[in-house]
Amino acid sequence: MLLEVKNVSRAFGGLRAVDDVSFSVPKNSIKAIIGPNGAGKTTLFNLISGSLRPDSGRVFFNGRQIQGRPPHTIAARGVSRTFQNIKLFHNMTVLENVMVGRHTRSRSGFMAGIFNLPSCWREEREIENRSRGILDMLGVSGLAGMNAGNIAFGSQRIVEFARALALEPELLLLDEPAAGLNMHETAEIAEIIRKIREMGVTILIIEHDMSLIMDISDDIVVLSSGKMIAEGRPSDIQKNPEVIRIYLGEEDAQDQEP
Amino acid sequence: MDAGRYIPVLILAAAVAAVQLFTLATGSEYYLTQLTMSAYYALVIIGLCTLMGYAGQISLGHAGFFAIGGYTVSVMTTYDFSGFSGSAVMGLLGTLGLASASGGELHLSPWVSLAAALVITVAVAFIIGIPILKLKGHYLAMASLGFGLIIYRIVLGTRIFGEADGISDVPGFAIAGGLRVSGSPELRIQNYYIAWTLVIIGTVMLINLVKSRAGRALRSIHGSEEAAMAMGVNASRYKLYVFVISAVFASLAGAFMAHLNGGIGPSEADVMKSVKYVAIVAAGGMANLWGALTMGVLLNYISLRGYLGSYDDAFFGAILIAIMLFAPEGLINPAVMKTAAVRARSLIDSIKKKTGRGGHAS
Repeated sequence: MLLEVKNVSRAFGGLRAVDDVSFSVPKNSIKAIIGPNGAGKTTLFNLISGSLRPDSGRVFFNGRQIQGRPPHTIAARGVSRTFQNIKLFHNMTVLENVMVGRHTRSRSGFMAGIFNLPSCWREEREIENRSRGILDMLGVSGLAGMNAGNIAFGSQRIVEFARALALEPELLLLDEPAAGLNMHETAEIAEIIRKIREMGVTILIIEHDMSLIMDISDDIVVLSSGKMIAEGRPSDIQKNPEVIRIYLGEEDAQDQEP
Repeated sequence: MDAGRYIPVLILAAAVAAVQLFTLATGSEYYLTQLTMSAYYALVIIGLCTLMGYAGQISLGHAGFFAIGGYTVSVMTTYDFSGFSGSAVMGLLGTLGLASASGGELHLSPWVSLAAALVITVAVAFIIGIPILKLKGHYLAMASLGFGLIIYRIVLGTRIFGEADGISDVPGFAIAGGLRVSGSPELRIQNYYIAWTLVIIGTVMLINLVKSRAGRALRSIHGSEEAAMAMGVNASRYKLYVFVISAVFASLAGAFMAHLNGGIGPSEADVMKSVKYVAIVAAGGMANLWGALTMGVLLNYISLRGYLGSYDDAFFGAILIAIMLFAPEGLINPAVMKTAAVRARSLIDSIKKKTGRGGHAS
């Protein structure tokens, strides 16, 4: 198992945002987390990526405990992510954004930078080449010199993917990558996700677009009010009466029963 | 590496030499005094610019670091250490040539006091930086302001710091080969060059930093701290390092200025000075080292020449308001310059048209 989440809980005041959630993600799979708004999906992501500390429970990545560690050390171990409300660095170009993604894969420090040591030059070239390669692979190399805040919304999503991939993650957390995109752009994102998986990257994805989820994921976890209510293959989840109930409401669910 | 980044440095060096030659030719060398002081203040400005403009962390306490540098060297170079002449440390410093006796008094070399000033600055910057850099925005501004106030009251209220009178009779700083940081008029030209050499070295270092991997990480923290951390940037450590670096720049400026002026007074630690530094960085365009440097020299020069009289502080307050209202990106900013140029051209065109029509009528 690449990622194991064991009995993880987190409360905000009296609200149990994530309540005793356990699941695991095998290497080279795509696992989806679905659930209504406020189900605790993003909180769960933040607990895995280190932005938040769990109140209890454990998270294992490659067999090592990572819960409660700061986000930058978890990133350095190979966990990368995108954000629901895209968080690009608007004060930098598209290329520079992706180059920040190479941070954990390079090492020149403050002093090397201040004195512009030759070791930096080689590394900078390498960082830039790799970053351009990723932009190229995702078909957005034409945007490299643009300010990241000035490009189209759909392109911003793709650039955020590029930045996350520059880290060479083993596990990629995608928080609603299709939110705000039209059908054409969503299809493009689905294509990119497949491409990423072919590269051997394991993916954990939060998404509301059901056709996208059913299309790409191997396995689905369903959260509702912080609790895990179902886990299984897409075809099983589609038939699960509890899932249908929370998604369609009580009466509709009854109507659907044969 | 791209050598292009150093072209403006060469232009700056040429301009520095040109200004000196111009004052020589016109016999107006007294201007160099204020230009030398402006250079030291510019050193504070470029350090603060890196902290504020690039890493996105405000400090309203940098006059405090300037004062730490200036007061440390002032106290240590004027204090009579003859009471410690028997101690092992003084003996060692004496054999190293870093302490000398004259007229029955034992004085430390300015090198020792400069080293002490920088060590103290780094230590204080770490001690203050670790807790306050956890804060963001207004809260960080207020906490750094608190630090500035503490330093101000300490130097104003402590005997050894000369209270309201400050410290005077600080000796010159003999650097090497006859170069001496001192305010005596016959050393005016070399002091001008010493100060500007420091500014040029500092600028090159900060340009290198900003364009490096570490600089990119700093700018990413400015863009989105959460995303920066998710990409593996140790945000708290990077913020702390850049805070310490900017503090060292301020402290170094304070130390050299104390030797240049032969002393330091509490007004250098005044919070209003910190506000002034922030206003100048804002006027220069925040994430723009060259803009900050240009504004740092220009505005400090105007202020030091006394053109603003007793309205000096009011002028810098007005600058802050005007910049925030009309040019939050700063004045020296390629995009702003461009739009300003376009606007100016269309204004000239419309005036031409109007006057042209007026001509027909008459």
